[in-house]
Amino acid sequence: MVKLEEKENGLTAYLSGDIDHHTAGEIRELIDSKAEQVRPQTLNLDFKDVTFMDSSGIGLVMGRYKLMQSLGGKVAVTNVSAHIRKVMILAGLDKLVVIKK
Amino acid sequence: MKILNEANINFLSRSSNESYARMATAGFFAQLDPTVDEISDIKTAVSEAVTNCIVHAYRNTLGKVYLTVRILEDRTAYIKIRDRGCGIDDIKQAMEPMFTTAKQEERAGLGFAVMQAFMDKVTVRSAPEKGTTVVMMKKLQARGDD
Repeated sequence: MVKLEEKENGLTAYLSGDIDHHTAGEIRELIDSKAEQVRPQTLNLDFKDVTFMDSSGIGLVMGRYKLMQSLGGKVAVTNVSAHIRKVMILAGLDKLVVIKK
Repeated sequence: MKILNEANINFLSRSSNESYARMATAGFFAQLDPTVDEISDIKTAVSEAVTNCIVHAYRNTLGKVYLTVRILEDRTAYIKIRDRGCGIDDIKQAMEPMFTTAKQEERAGLGFAVMQAFMDKVTVRSAPEKGTTVVMMKKLQARGDD
């Protein structure tokens, strides 16, 4: 569901599997406890191995955006599939965070 | 529209069943040989509707969610998701993008917006203390071989 790695350019969360209401809560807790401890400049959310995402994923990204704002950092979203991009654009997430293919 | 095929399942409003509802729906419509995009749209819409039952209709309680899937004429996918939960007081407000009564749980308030964006037609009926029924339809693209 999520693997966290500290790198020079920040903290990267490698998300995997389905992101829905059932899984989002645990992913959120794991990312937040690490991010609060590391206080990275950038939190990278890598969607490469995400097989499904509904609007629970939007809540997840928006919540991490707020957390990173409070820590004085930013959020970057990478490796999104066409479908996940569609959900993110619908929510206007592209106005808050940088979404890279 | 004529019903060509139908399946019904019901399950408890446990969040672990969100994935089951998506997979069961995708499995049923596989017989129409949908595109990858179409099946992703349908799975996402079902996930939103079922999550609403779990997060809102049966908040702090467990109840049954009733899912009916049908194939109608002209490659039309029909999905009905019904609960006997608390109902929605103001459907119009509930369907507004970003409106949510569960902000503290990081719900984005986009469930109905996603359903409307990914399906052709979404209708919602609800009565307080009786429950909510969401019906969604999507006409799938014609495939060359039929």
